[in-house]
Amino acid sequence: MVRDALSIAIASGAYALSFGAISTTSGLSLLQTVCLSVLMFTGASQFALVGIVGSGGSVWAGAATAALLGTRNALYGVRLSSLLRVGGLHRFAAAHFVIDETTAMAIARDAESESRFAFWITGLLLFAFWNLGTLVGALATSALPDPKVLGLDAAPPAAYLALLAPSLRAREPLAIAMAAGLVALLCLPFVPAGAPLLIVAALVAVYGLLGRAR
Amino acid sequence: MWAGVLVASGACYALKLAGLSLPARWLQGAGIQRTVPLLPVALLAALIATQTFSSGKHLVLDVRAAALGVALIAVLLRAPFIVVIVAAAGTAALLRLV
Repeated sequence: MVRDALSIAIASGAYALSFGAISTTSGLSLLQTVCLSVLMFTGASQFALVGIVGSGGSVWAGAATAALLGTRNALYGVRLSSLLRVGGLHRFAAAHFVIDETTAMAIARDAESESRFAFWITGLLLFAFWNLGTLVGALATSALPDPKVLGLDAAPPAAYLALLAPSLRAREPLAIAMAAGLVALLCLPFVPAGAPLLIVAALVAVYGLLGRAR
Repeated sequence: MWAGVLVASGACYALKLAGLSLPARWLQGAGIQRTVPLLPVALLAALIATQTFSSGKHLVLDVRAAALGVALIAVLLRAPFIVVIVAAAGTAALLRLV
């Protein structure tokens, strides 16, 4: 189990390298970049925030999108709370580690004690490698004069695609992804920067909630 | 910038803590269970579209579209995350040189 957790953590460290590089070339300082990985610690939200800032959107549009992407962690928390049985101060520490990878590792176990161990070991290793990768990636690129030379402006969409791909195997998510991309582009020329994302989020919320009634 | 970074980090932490702390039934309604997993799908797709095919408020088609195509091929070949990113960035950088 430790080996599984370590391989997940090392893979995420490589992914964090690209986050560090994208973040500093998007206009965030080294310290802001490191703070995002330490404090936010949820990949898709971090990529979205720096990607939006890097493409000319406001940091508040980025913050709103990051929070919307973080809503899934609340559902992970619900599934984990019965497994982890954390109370008091432990819960505040455990909450920081409630992300895709730790949830996947914890719910894949048969015994509750194994689930707890998988959650904490994956969380701790991933946190270490995620922040190390971020720091190295940020240091390596913070001195670059123009991120376009390395094509780093094309990196965030590739990162979103890699994050999105596992969800697209079923027909409904694929259709929603296509529609969301199209709607965002259609309204982009007419609304403030960042607003297309909020429009898409509102539409998918209506779709999801109305779908329940069918 | 700092305010946005800290507020967003706080919001993401609050969502994680809420999941562990709130009564499970609050978050187990069919509507929430159905909608929340769809949010990242729609938002990531919208992020891909807007950051590939626009510049400011204009829709554009440039080397970033080719970079996304290469990233898509890498994803379909199940390449590791870092390979997808490097392939996309490398494509954009090379096409700008020619």
